[in-house]
Amino acid sequence: MEALLDLHECTVQFGGLTAVNALSLQIGPNDLVGLIGPNGAGKTTVFNIITGIYKPTSGTITLAGSSIVGRKASAIAERGIARTFQNIRLFESLTVFDNVRAAFTMRLRHGIAHALWRGKPFLKEEREINAQVLEILSIFQLEKAHGVACKSLSYGDQRRLEIVRALATRPKLLLLDEPAAGMNPSEKDDLMKLIQFVKEKFQIAVLLVEHDMKVVMGICQRIVVLDYGVKIAEGSPEEIRRNPKVIEAYLGEETTPPAPTP
Amino acid sequence: MRDWSKFALLGAILVSLLVSQFIHLDPYFSIVVVNIGINIILAVSLNLVNGYTGQFSLGHAGFMAIGAYTSAAITSFGGPRWFDWLGGINAFTTSTLFVVALIVGGLAAALAGLVIGVPSLRLKGDYLAIATLGFGEIIRVIIQNTDAMGGSRGFSVSGIYTTIFWTYSVAAITIYVVVNLVHSAYGRGFLTVRDDEIAAEAIGVNTTKYKVVAFVLASFFAGIAGGLYAHFIGYLTPEGFGFMKSIEIIVMVILGGMGNTVGVIFAAILLTILPEVLRPVQQYRMVIYSLMLIILMLTRPQGLFGGLTWRRSTSWLRRKKIPLEDGSAA
Amino acid sequence: MSEFIQQLINGLSLGSIYALIALGYTMIYGVLRFINFAHGDVYMVGAFSGYYLGGWLINSMGMQSSVLLLVVVMVGAMIICALTGLVIERLAYRPLRNSPRLTVLITAIGVSLFLEYSGQVFFGADPKPFPSLIPDRTITYGGLTFTNKELIVLCVTVFLLIGLTFIVRKTKMGMAMRALSFNSTACSLVGINNNVIISFTFGLGSALAAAAGILSSLNYPVITPLMGLLPGIKAFVAAVLGGIGNIPGAALGGLILGVAETMIVGYGDKIHVPPSYRDAVAFVLLIGILLFKPSGILGKGTVEKV
Repeated sequence: MEALLDLHECTVQFGGLTAVNALSLQIGPNDLVGLIGPNGAGKTTVFNIITGIYKPTSGTITLAGSSIVGRKASAIAERGIARTFQNIRLFESLTVFDNVRAAFTMRLRHGIAHALWRGKPFLKEEREINAQVLEILSIFQLEKAHGVACKSLSYGDQRRLEIVRALATRPKLLLLDEPAAGMNPSEKDDLMKLIQFVKEKFQIAVLLVEHDMKVVMGICQRIVVLDYGVKIAEGSPEEIRRNPKVIEAYLGEETTPPAPTP
Repeated sequence: MRDWSKFALLGAILVSLLVSQFIHLDPYFSIVVVNIGINIILAVSLNLVNGYTGQFSLGHAGFMAIGAYTSAAITSFGGPRWFDWLGGINAFTTSTLFVVALIVGGLAAALAGLVIGVPSLRLKGDYLAIATLGFGEIIRVIIQNTDAMGGSRGFSVSGIYTTIFWTYSVAAITIYVVVNLVHSAYGRGFLTVRDDEIAAEAIGVNTTKYKVVAFVLASFFAGIAGGLYAHFIGYLTPEGFGFMKSIEIIVMVILGGMGNTVGVIFAAILLTILPEVLRPVQQYRMVIYSLMLIILMLTRPQGLFGGLTWRRSTSWLRRKKIPLEDGSAA
Repeated sequence: MSEFIQQLINGLSLGSIYALIALGYTMIYGVLRFINFAHGDVYMVGAFSGYYLGGWLINSMGMQSSVLLLVVVMVGAMIICALTGLVIERLAYRPLRNSPRLTVLITAIGVSLFLEYSGQVFFGADPKPFPSLIPDRTITYGGLTFTNKELIVLCVTVFLLIGLTFIVRKTKMGMAMRALSFNSTACSLVGINNNVIISFTFGLGSALAAAAGILSSLNYPVITPLMGLLPGIKAFVAAVLGGIGNIPGAALGGLILGVAETMIVGYGDKIHVPPSYRDAVAFVLLIGILLFKPSGILGKGTVEKV
């Protein structure tokens, strides 16, 4: 199966610090891949180079065959990569409805001139967009809250809204940055079901950064482990769970204590 | 379903024409009314940049200056040739000359907005503010050194063409453009740039493009406001377009509640009338103004109308009211 | 050549004034992360303090123009302005400590306007002649002629810079200031009273602005309530030039600006730039630095963490 997203030998250096070191990673069109590693391993940096917020110091990144290195973040989003953020980034002054509607701006057929003239084609497109927004909100049971200021949603609902907004851009690949952070066990269960639902219903690829092992092991088909910017393991959840290098990275080296002095 | 705002615009223009022709105001009141109109244009256009797009521009007066001087140059130097070509000075020839001068003034200001905006809008917050402030001052200094336009001595404008009709027609157009632009799917982009640029980029909003569009559009209208001002006041000096003027406009935007066009219009009216009301205590006017500003920031920084939004985003849904969780309906 | 050195000294003299004011901008930005637009007007308050204090000492106390008079007036003005700075901070900025930066910025503009226009009301808008605090004397050295006033500006500035560097590097207060500029939350967590540090910074910055006001009035003895406007903006540009928040940067920026301006005035027509463009020099430098290195000559860029 040809890779949808292909990172090849990507390195990211900030001054003297190497955040990501010669990382190669492929994601197929309907994969659910987890990216794990201890804190500071470089996981969010990987997200940031994929979405165009940083540029890798070296290496290539291609999406469906064409390179996305050096492109603006908004251009990469247009090509089909959407993401959520570690600290939820909703548009706070906008309602739930408008947060999702904003995701439709990049696919508008009618721009400024039409917004000013307000002829039939413009009004028709606005109506279509409104309908699509309501539709996607109702898939995720958020349509009742559509007029609400997004700040007043519960934390779990805000996370859900951020995912809905990302999906509204009709991506091919969805990046989720620690979506389970701050959730209680039952919310995490809901999240796991949500992610699997999203993958199936929208037929997209999902790359997930997460610390919660239950979530990662529970839904990911494949897991990539990063430590100090280097990929130290890749495989199925079972393989990763048993991998000594992974255990070492998380728990530290196993040492035999010195024999007690008599 | 059709859009009524176009008719509202035509209606406003018609009303201003009628008022201009048939209602004879005391000259003093005419002056205040025209000033209010010009300030509305300036404040509503700046609101697009500062209020809706969240970019702090401190150089709006510079674009007003460009529009003022450019349009004055056209009527002064191009006027005679225009009248010759069209065979005389009458209502038609002066009106067309005026319109041409205004539009060219606006375009010149828009061009300046593009040239200044593209490099400056890469900067954030405080840095953008001082960059725009710097450009505004550079414009002022350049005008001061341009002898063809009078330099520091000033420039005498060739004709007083501005009337209530012209002023309020332009004001109505400005309001129409800004409000309709922001209240569209395209216009939601401006708000996302204001709220969170990184998230905006992540959903495909080209933040740079939106910032530049807002900036250039605002500069265009500021330029036209400048042209109206020039052909109203009759005499231009570079000092009138300095930092202080930019501050006056910003205060209107802030007082009105950034991102609230109705509020900004009210604020423009209020702050144009205020100096007139304070005329008896003329020498204390600025002291009172500055104290008001400080107190406003300390007590109600969101402005008079900030935080009140005009919920039109789901206007078509209001026909089928959808019950919300808390029992009310939207 | 000697004319060039003359111009250079003039430039450094002018630059010293900008540097002293710029230091206040940069220190306040360092601890509060905000641009105190009213700072230029503190410079004006310093000049007027000197005017009234000097006037009183000369006329009512019979003091003579002398180094002693200069020192007394300068210290007096610095104390008055330090207090002014403290009062402004306490009343107008401290309540907004947690407000959006835009709000404080506008408040600062309000304070600036307030100082300028109350100055016009209380002092009168007409220009006033600054009393001569020290008798004029010219000094010749190696074919160059200077007035003692120019040299005093340079010497006093150097002295104040050394004093400031000492405070910032060698005292606990200075260390607290630097710590605060890095991380204000951590500071309060280790028992530092942020309010005291901030007040101190304001007082110190304002005192330097006052010194600038007095020194400037030595060479340009005409003062008006609006005199702080343009130097204030230019000094701010100098601070940005050197790297806002960076103390040596502010001094460097001020000197560069002073020299650049003087050179344009002195030699501008040789490159077809009329001397009347001198005010534009600051803004051109500003745009330049913002486009190429917004963090300033000595500044370090910080990356926003996503």
